[in-house]
Amino acid sequence: MSRFAEVPQAAPVAVFKLTADFREDKHPSKVNLGVGAYRTDECQPWVLPVVQKVEQLIANDHSLNHEYLPILGLPEFRASASKIALGEDSPAIKENRVGGVQSLGGTGALRIGAEFLRRWYNGKNNTATPIYVSAPTWENHNAVFGDAGFTDVRPYRYWDAEKRGLALAGFLEDLENAPEYSVFLLHACAHNPTGTDPTPDEWKQIAEIMERKKLFAFFDSAYQGFASGDLQKDAWAVRYFVSKGFELFCAQSFSKNFGLYNERVGNLTVVAKDSDNASRILSQMEKIVRTIWSNPPSQGARIIATTLTTPELFAEWKDNVKTMADRVLLMRSQLKAKLQALGTPGTWEHITQQIGMFSFTGLNPNQVEYLIKEKHVYLMASGRINMCGLTTKNLDYVAESIHETVTKIQ
Amino acid sequence: MSALSSFADTPTAQPGEEERLSRAFLKDRRAEKALLWATEYLNEEGHGSLLPMTRKVMLQICSDPTLTLDYLPTLGLPEFTRSATELALGRDSPAIRENRAGGVQTLGGTGAIRLGAELLQCWYNVGGARCGPVYLSSPSGGSVAATLQGAGIRDIRSYRYWHPDKKDFAVEPLLQDLEDAPEQSVIVLYASAHCPTGAEPSHSDWKQIAEVMMRRRLFPFFLLPSQGLCWGDPAQDAWSLRYFVSLGFELLCAQSFSTNFGLYSDRVGSLLLVLKQSSLLLAVQSQAASLVRALWSRPPGGGARLVTTVLNNPALLAEWKEGLRVMVERGMLIREKLKERLRMLGIPGFWDHVTQQRGLYCCTGLTEEQVEFLVTRCHVYLPASGCVNVTAISDRTLDHVAESIYLAVTSDPARLQTLTF
Repeated sequence: MSRFAEVPQAAPVAVFKLTADFREDKHPSKVNLGVGAYRTDECQPWVLPVVQKVEQLIANDHSLNHEYLPILGLPEFRASASKIALGEDSPAIKENRVGGVQSLGGTGALRIGAEFLRRWYNGKNNTATPIYVSAPTWENHNAVFGDAGFTDVRPYRYWDAEKRGLALAGFLEDLENAPEYSVFLLHACAHNPTGTDPTPDEWKQIAEIMERKKLFAFFDSAYQGFASGDLQKDAWAVRYFVSKGFELFCAQSFSKNFGLYNERVGNLTVVAKDSDNASRILSQMEKIVRTIWSNPPSQGARIIATTLTTPELFAEWKDNVKTMADRVLLMRSQLKAKLQALGTPGTWEHITQQIGMFSFTGLNPNQVEYLIKEKHVYLMASGRINMCGLTTKNLDYVAESIHETVTKIQ
Repeated sequence: MSALSSFADTPTAQPGEEERLSRAFLKDRRAEKALLWATEYLNEEGHGSLLPMTRKVMLQICSDPTLTLDYLPTLGLPEFTRSATELALGRDSPAIRENRAGGVQTLGGTGAIRLGAELLQCWYNVGGARCGPVYLSSPSGGSVAATLQGAGIRDIRSYRYWHPDKKDFAVEPLLQDLEDAPEQSVIVLYASAHCPTGAEPSHSDWKQIAEVMMRRRLFPFFLLPSQGLCWGDPAQDAWSLRYFVSLGFELLCAQSFSTNFGLYSDRVGSLLLVLKQSSLLLAVQSQAASLVRALWSRPPGGGARLVTTVLNNPALLAEWKEGLRVMVERGMLIREKLKERLRMLGIPGFWDHVTQQRGLYCCTGLTEEQVEFLVTRCHVYLPASGCVNVTAISDRTLDHVAESIYLAVTSDPARLQTLTF
């Protein structure tokens, strides 16, 4: 008799199932708008030229070994990664109250932060501390905080389906009504899945309430540089919170902006009140890391540290990032133009107002089903599309398919 | 903004024993000092080095234009987990043929232990009595206990393993502890190369262990941290694991490729799952995927690709196995040299255990007082258990280490406090 006889099959992850269905589809015009990584106009993955260059440098550097990294990661990586998020001249860095934990992508950074908060934040009752995630959010946010032991993960209003924009009033109201010391998971830029970010003015309003209600800011920054093409612009919200004196965590992912998806490079940036707090926090995070992955992988961190600390390579990287961001912006403007030219019912301004990899089209589940089944255009049931799946070659087909869908299905 | 931190009451974490030893060693200004604990296979210069063929294979992989950096699947590179499973169980294993054995790629051995622990915590006996106590050997290596606790396992107990009088593994106390363990307890066992003692059960010991575990329905969670570095032969190092599988046990096995490939910083590991039938394997793998998504989402690609390339290329495989033999021979040579030095110094007592133990680690059998003497008086750093990593002893430090051990053992206990060097 098996000890695992009662184990149920876990529910499939929607986005993986979508990709699997797409793969099996034999239709010649099929398009995958659920793809999770950047694609070129030829629909190919793209290893950034600067990454190729640095990989060669590393492969030929015989002084580099494969010995265990420190538990908290490669020091040069941690420092340069935090600098990218907070800015060269960040007062927090100058005051020596910033620390970094090299992590397994953005997910790993979130998990370390969550595990730490569950042990050390908000006194004795911390597993019951409410964790607020946006409605909607990246589904994995729920799993990360839930598995870390938090029992109360709840939504804050974010997406207004009717006006196809930020539900600001609802968001601010949820902030006001949140119990003191609640944790808010904020998307630093390029909100996943809606692509809709608060404006600087709206961020100021959010920060004002969070300060007053003693709410903890936990940023998820997976698209810095990738959203607008400008590293500084995409970090505005995080830096603003730091300038207001917040303690905060920022889970950074370098999967998208370095195209290093499978190297699993992330950094949990910790901004503390002072350097003593920063060291104590990091010492406890080190203990947590030791029991999950023990020490992080070196390859991705080396590539990034080398790139960020070498001026010519840093410039080349920014250029590569801009290439990706510009292609996405081009696809946005061309998709909108085509839909408007076709006279597709509804408004399509949100396609160019939204930012980053994703767009919440506003298509309803019936329309999504039609698009997939009849037109072989794959997208998430929520209506989310990945702009990277669009190319100059498939744009017409996608626009026409959306047009047909919207006119046929209400 | 309040000046008070939300983390004002967060204490500084206390360093573990390994960390304290390491720091004390680094601070020691003495020219003649030695650190005898390490978790890597160290070369003569005291570094964990790559196997010779590794760099060549890495360059090959690096120049492959078809390779992208796209995400790996959550469960890892399928060719890697298949190869890792075959390496552990043998290609012709009935469990593999029956499709009821599979792997999940993890972040080294620690990642495999953590994932295994989470699976047990969430899904072991989910219809019935849940996880229950988990037993570790006494003594036990590094961070295994902490990793289990990280997954929420609270009831961690130990079974007797090292026999201080015999200076060896002793099966009788272990069997007794297994008889006394609650039914369905989880038992963590090193398939070979026990950390930290290097002492091994014999094949007939393993048969007795398996018999008790089968009868009392105890669940094996094997650790295979350095397959190939115990006996110099991957198949022999997995004998106990394969024996249990042949008896029909369900089990988990945490495999690490850090030491046997020198890929420490690449974090290559696999959690092997052996279930009663293939439908259960699929269900458990799906739950493992769910847990992985909230831990690290997907594993890293580079190291796994390298291991897969080597294991599936006959010429590289032969070269790798030869490399393992060379590493094992060097380890044995260090053990011989140490034992011979001690004999020449006229050290009293029984020291055959030094050469009888296998793998990286050696339990010297020194008492806590003798260890303290070594650390404080001789500047030879090792943990209180008296266990060392033999590869941490180089030709340069051998004499000092041997002489220090001799002094620790022969000095009058009453005088131990007063002697200085």
